[in-house]
Amino acid sequence: MTHTQETPLLEVRDLRVEISTKAGKFFPVNGHNFTLNSGETLGVVGESGSGKSMTAMSLVRLLPKHAARVTSGSIKLEGRELLSLSRSEMRKVRGRDIAMILQDPQTSLNPSFTVGNQITEALRLHAPGPRSTLRERAIEALRKVKVAAPEHRVDSYPSQLSGGMRQRVVGAIAISCAPKVIIADEPTTSLDVTVQAQYLRLLKELQEDTGMGIIFITHDFGIVANLCHRIVVMYFGRIVESGTVERIFAKPAHPYTEALIAAVPKLHGHKGRLRTIPGSPPPQSEQPPGCPFAPRCEMADTRCFTELPPTVDADGDGEHLASCWRVAGQ
Amino acid sequence: MLKYLSRRIASSLFALLVITFIVFLLTQLSGSPVDALLPDDATQEQIDSFIREWGLDKPLWQQYLTFLGNAAQGDFGTSLKWPGQDAMGFVLDRMPATLELGGLAILMSVVIALPLGVAAAVYKGGSIDNGAQIFALVGQSMPSFWLGIILIWVFSVWLGWLPTSGMGSFSHAILPAIAIAWFQISALARLTRSAMLEVLDVEYIKLARVKGVSEWSVVWKHALRNAAVVPLTYFGILAASILTGSVVIETVFSWPGMGWVAIEAIRGRDFPVVQAVIIAYAVIYMISNLVVDLLYVVVDPRVRHG
Repeated sequence: MTHTQETPLLEVRDLRVEISTKAGKFFPVNGHNFTLNSGETLGVVGESGSGKSMTAMSLVRLLPKHAARVTSGSIKLEGRELLSLSRSEMRKVRGRDIAMILQDPQTSLNPSFTVGNQITEALRLHAPGPRSTLRERAIEALRKVKVAAPEHRVDSYPSQLSGGMRQRVVGAIAISCAPKVIIADEPTTSLDVTVQAQYLRLLKELQEDTGMGIIFITHDFGIVANLCHRIVVMYFGRIVESGTVERIFAKPAHPYTEALIAAVPKLHGHKGRLRTIPGSPPPQSEQPPGCPFAPRCEMADTRCFTELPPTVDADGDGEHLASCWRVAGQ
Repeated sequence: MLKYLSRRIASSLFALLVITFIVFLLTQLSGSPVDALLPDDATQEQIDSFIREWGLDKPLWQQYLTFLGNAAQGDFGTSLKWPGQDAMGFVLDRMPATLELGGLAILMSVVIALPLGVAAAVYKGGSIDNGAQIFALVGQSMPSFWLGIILIWVFSVWLGWLPTSGMGSFSHAILPAIAIAWFQISALARLTRSAMLEVLDVEYIKLARVKGVSEWSVVWKHALRNAAVVPLTYFGILAASILTGSVVIETVFSWPGMGWVAIEAIRGRDFPVVQAVIIAYAVIYMISNLVVDLLYVVVDPRVRHG
């Protein structure tokens, strides 16, 4: 873990994304604040629909055209404001500075092009060179993600590879240009558990080699504990709690985080029914005046339903923030 | 891949065989050639010798085999309407004219429809999309012969820019080609649009953008390459139906191609020529579909390696 006072690798301040539909406006990303340092893995945790993927897509400015847009805030990569870059400047950031690993290995490779072709495409855009060199570098990238017989695989089409292999190829595309940040959007959701574990170990190793920062988006608190240094917990478009993994696991400040941790199945310890969180998040079109988690919260009182809780320092040292009246009200 | 292609060729040949059988049967249904060829006052002796000479006394399957054997050598007999002309030779003489007009119409269709369909998908709901929809609606609801007449009226009679009919310079081909192509542009553009819309939503398009690929390349390389299978499938039908379906337009514009021959031969009950035209059309149909099968191999690696 690196805690330096220098400019963080990625710094997000007051980021707000607005979606306008006929039903009204809502904010899948509502006032996000977080930072990512080199060599660090930041876990972004939350249920489906909490705005995790929207957060990821807003960082590379690839929100769905027309429907969604960033309305305010700042995204700084090594101090450089990404939101004020021109479209062509932003294209150079994508793939070279910030790479992404998408959710579904079955569909995230283009079936019409060879694996090598899809890796060298990124290289050609960001670090051009003669064809043979590019091919060598594509093979090298495949070797780094531990694809067996990379010299052979480089000429394969995605349909000739297994799911785990394809996700490795997606990883190879991501690391090929040596990015500073990799955003991994639930990269292991559709993989077998064993393949999943291998893939996560691989990500960790790559990070140790290159010192890149990883933003790991997941709904699985179990993965977070193994992989991440710090965590951001999202609920209904808001960050409800953030801090180091140790701190949050030891002493979750927000009842939602507490409930998520309790819902992770354990190998040891007490048997019995798995804990779940009753209810579901409010529909996006309804913006409740108070804490959005209040209707599902066992500890909610009347203030929770009427006033939005402020983000406060839970432990008094700036390492652990939470938005909950239970913490703020004391 | 070789297996794929040989299977395609084999099934084409089988289809051709079935067509010859149908053509033979239809000829049988249309009455005895005796009535058509001999004068009404022919003697029984003349009729008997005619039947023997033409092999009409043999069983039907033997007649079919004879027909098939001759057809395989391109021999469909001599024309009745245009005496002394070899039926197939006469049809083939007219083929270049049909290919010229059809080729121009095919070229027009593809060159206009593909970009139009792609642009309509990319700017979905925008003015290009709406314009394309109206263009397609008009094209698909107008019968081509009517469109042909309107085109002649506007551009030849009223404006006087282009010749009304006949074949000669390139300008003669423009109006009939438009009349044929408009419907096909509509169909092809709509198919391209829906195929593109589907592909543009897939994750690999997102991944291409994430890699920093330009929007142009995302659309024309990553998306179109995958969407192309749908318009390509239609292209086989398009090419074939333009080449064989120009019958009406060739008549409207007095274009001396195979379609015009077909109409004239049917009017004159010229069976050898009608048979030759049908078989020629069938072969054109088959070849264009074979070309499409070959193009699949080029476009889709899963066919190549599957």
